[in-house]
Amino acid sequence: MSDVQAIGAVAEDRIAVAPNWKLVWWRFRRHHLALVSAGLLICLYLVVLCPDFFATQSPEQTDARQAFIPVQTLHFLDDGWNPWVPAIAGKRNPVTLRMEWTTDTQRKVHVSFFTRGFPYRALGLFDTNIHLLGAADPGQRIFLLGSDRLGRDQWSRIMHGTQTSMTVGLVAVTLSVIFGVVLGGISGYFGGITDQIIQRLIELLQSVPTIPIWLALSAALPRDWTPIQVFFAITVILSLVGWTTLAREVRGRFLALREEDFVLAARLAGCSQMRIILRHMVPTFLSHIIATSSLAIPVMIINETSLSFLGLGIRPPAISWGVLLQEAQNIQTLALAPWLLIPGLIVIVAVLAFNLVGDGLRDASDPYSH
Amino acid sequence: MPPIPTATEPLLQVRDLRVSFRLDEGTVRAVDGVSFDVFPSQVVGIVGESGCGKSVTMRAVLQLIDPPGRITGGEILYRQGGDKPIDLARLSPRGRLMRDLRGAEIALIPQEPMAAFSPVHTVGAQIVEAIMLHERVGREQARARTVELFRDVGISMPESRVDAYSWQLSGGLRQRAMIAMALSCKPRLLIADEPTTAIDVTTQAQILALLRELQHKYHTAIIFITHDLGVIAQMANYVVVMYLGRVMEEGPVDEIFHAPRHPYTRALLRSIPSLQTETRAALPVIAGTLPHPFNRPPGCPFHPRCEDILPERCATLVPALHSLGPRRAVSCFLHSRDAEPA
Amino acid sequence: MTRYIVQRLLLLPFLLVVYSFVIFVIMQAPPGDFLTAYVATLSATGTSITADQIQALRHEYGLDQPFIVQYLYWVQNLLSGHLGLSLEYQRPNAELIGAQLGLTLALALMAFVLTWLIAVPAGIYSATHQRSVLDHVITVINYVGVATPNFMLALILMWIAFAYFGISITGLYSPEFVDAPWSIARVVNLLEHIWLPAIILGIAGTARLTRIMRANLLDELNKPYVVTARAKGLREWRLVLRYPVRLALNPLISTIGWYLPQLFSGSLIVATVMNLPNIGPLLLRALINQDMYLAGAILLIYSFLTIVGTLLSDIALAMMDPRIRMET
Repeated sequence: MSDVQAIGAVAEDRIAVAPNWKLVWWRFRRHHLALVSAGLLICLYLVVLCPDFFATQSPEQTDARQAFIPVQTLHFLDDGWNPWVPAIAGKRNPVTLRMEWTTDTQRKVHVSFFTRGFPYRALGLFDTNIHLLGAADPGQRIFLLGSDRLGRDQWSRIMHGTQTSMTVGLVAVTLSVIFGVVLGGISGYFGGITDQIIQRLIELLQSVPTIPIWLALSAALPRDWTPIQVFFAITVILSLVGWTTLAREVRGRFLALREEDFVLAARLAGCSQMRIILRHMVPTFLSHIIATSSLAIPVMIINETSLSFLGLGIRPPAISWGVLLQEAQNIQTLALAPWLLIPGLIVIVAVLAFNLVGDGLRDASDPYSH
Repeated sequence: MPPIPTATEPLLQVRDLRVSFRLDEGTVRAVDGVSFDVFPSQVVGIVGESGCGKSVTMRAVLQLIDPPGRITGGEILYRQGGDKPIDLARLSPRGRLMRDLRGAEIALIPQEPMAAFSPVHTVGAQIVEAIMLHERVGREQARARTVELFRDVGISMPESRVDAYSWQLSGGLRQRAMIAMALSCKPRLLIADEPTTAIDVTTQAQILALLRELQHKYHTAIIFITHDLGVIAQMANYVVVMYLGRVMEEGPVDEIFHAPRHPYTRALLRSIPSLQTETRAALPVIAGTLPHPFNRPPGCPFHPRCEDILPERCATLVPALHSLGPRRAVSCFLHSRDAEPA
Repeated sequence: MTRYIVQRLLLLPFLLVVYSFVIFVIMQAPPGDFLTAYVATLSATGTSITADQIQALRHEYGLDQPFIVQYLYWVQNLLSGHLGLSLEYQRPNAELIGAQLGLTLALALMAFVLTWLIAVPAGIYSATHQRSVLDHVITVINYVGVATPNFMLALILMWIAFAYFGISITGLYSPEFVDAPWSIARVVNLLEHIWLPAIILGIAGTARLTRIMRANLLDELNKPYVVTARAKGLREWRLVLRYPVRLALNPLISTIGWYLPQLFSGSLIVATVMNLPNIGPLLLRALINQDMYLAGAILLIYSFLTIVGTLLSDIALAMMDPRIRMET
């Protein structure tokens, strides 16, 4: 009883003086699943920063003789700490004339961490050739997640795919948020004709069937654009529809807030309109925006993956999860090399993590959910 | 105020009721040993600050406590006419027995009439449902009864109002409709949970008058929950004063108002603004604030705010409810040495 | 209420005009046109075609006219009920679309029924039995289901069926029945193939719907009218279904209108993956090959159905919720 009393007393005091973001953080901390997911997302974004560091090979390195090599699982113990992967043994099938690979756990290929491998440019700043892990013998190729039909290492390609897919999601949502907040804010704050025009625009966009329009827009992109141009075009296309819901919400909030006493007080105190908007009105729904955005990112990721999978999104040689999954379109191929589905699993895990974090943020930032 | 009707057996006997809520941060003892009696046709007023456990007590009577709350001790003895009383606390909340009692024997007038009606069903439909649930009548008869009820509670144009939705009615009409629903199956006990808190003062007066009139007409016992002492003075025969889940004092209304024994009751009565006070006199308030539910003081729950505290006793032991006469009790060390077992 | 509907109906033609223009712009946006793609295909297979022949074809298809003329030509055709000719298939678009419509509709309806049959009870159970084992299981399935892209689910199920059961589930017919005339055998073959796509299409939306149903119901279960109903002595199941479920369903009903365009095109992506003869893959091919009249026709019908669908949703919501009905 006295412990509970003590907790009660101390907690009351701390809560009384904490700034809002701290309150949100404390409430967020109690969702264990959300915390774990947030950790996972941080790891993924580390990969985004420097995919080559995590890769074991250059993602473009092809070798037709090493197609469809199965997953070489990483083992850590061999008389103590001595990571290794099983070697691969190939046999040509006399009937199909296709190489069939199996892993041979008796023969070990040793793996070392922080090893030297192929050179690359880290963070666009400096050249290096250190990788997180790789074969102890730099000449050897290891396929931690198998290889595809051109003998490319899927693990390394997934690292690069992570960079593209996670970035597209983030950028698309950022664009949506900017459009949404700016246009919604203008609409709600100034009212009148501006409001009417923007509202009609929103209605128009919202009644547009999204997937077909995305398909159409993506198909409209010129074939000769560089991957970077395509990348940005795709993010813009994806964000074109997403901003409308946010704009509506922001407009609603602004309309309501405009009449609030604290805005009147600020105006009477002589604040400029910009200051009122930015310092007084926006912070009230900032946490809501953050929560909504983190729930919008996974939607964007799934959309980009779907588009790329169909061949209408990010195009090879650029790599994204959707592009990687194109290899899995053929059922016969899939039966032969089921590990080609692994990028899909990564999508599921990433989206799951985003959803859990988003839900946690939303619960934590809603002051009325208790 | 009419004298307390002298019936021999109490209709409802609450004995040492305890209700706890198990939350992540700890357990809250919302009701911590409450005892009182309700006699047939009597109006018992339960008064106390927000959070003192009065609503929870009443919910417990109807077994409407949702998890994480649970009745953890005590008895709620209800006498259903001549037979042995049943202990409502032992009944399964969703079982047949309890469901048969609800509405038919014990009815609830909830706090917010606006939210208490379903917005997508007409008020008439909801009352007809209650009638058809407990009585063997057809839909036509039930509807006719509903119209009659509306007339009884003073709703004009009852024929058309029966088909209205709750949000189409004004606050006062809604509350009357709620009362009509509660009375629809002629219950013997009515629990009114702050029925006048959500409406304005003029309507409040009308509703109270209506309740008094209906109580005379149907001889229903009423448990009236409120934090407003003025309402208690108008309505109740018998008063129970609660604080932090315990009964501080109980007794006939005249004695409570004119001869309060407990320091809390005295402080409450003192804090009522009166036309007779001289101008510019400060309004007397009770010192301190309600403690955090996880931060309950040991000993008498009121002692941190009490002016007549006996230092060694009040801070360590919990005073037991001590009887001062027939139907008069107080739990305070100023009046008895009885303490609750530790 | 009626005034509101009439207003929306009047807006419909205007919206369609705007859409048709936007769609046409998008159609024309990629450089080159159908002929460029066609010529490329021809040269890939080794057939050559002279510049004159290309010019003649261009003139015949009207592809050498200025943009506005082509647009007006198209609109004129639409207004007289002609959806145009598919450049690739050389058949009237109406015929192409019509051929796929029946099957698309059947699949979509099956998926819709399946989704709601599973999601609503699951959501209700989950909300009323919070923290029970089954609730946790349902919640986990929901989270994973929402995180899985539709086509991923299709791929995984197809792979499992193929790798472990030897069933090849692409297309709706075995090869020998694809172009065969209708017969009992063909119907049986169809039924053999249709169950998996129907299940995949159905499950795809279930996770989302269950989550929404659960969240809505949880909100409603805490409201005072539920307590009142319980205090009247109603049985728990009856009162849950009659009151909070009814109110929790309202927002879901309002999404029903969005199923209308779905019924028309099925799930574009899943249909493509599973190689179903659906309007979805038809649109995709048309877009990639710049078969603009076909793509345009499909997109326009799609837009039309979306607008009508939204209107139907609003009407449905007004019918279910008297608050909206009477206050508009």
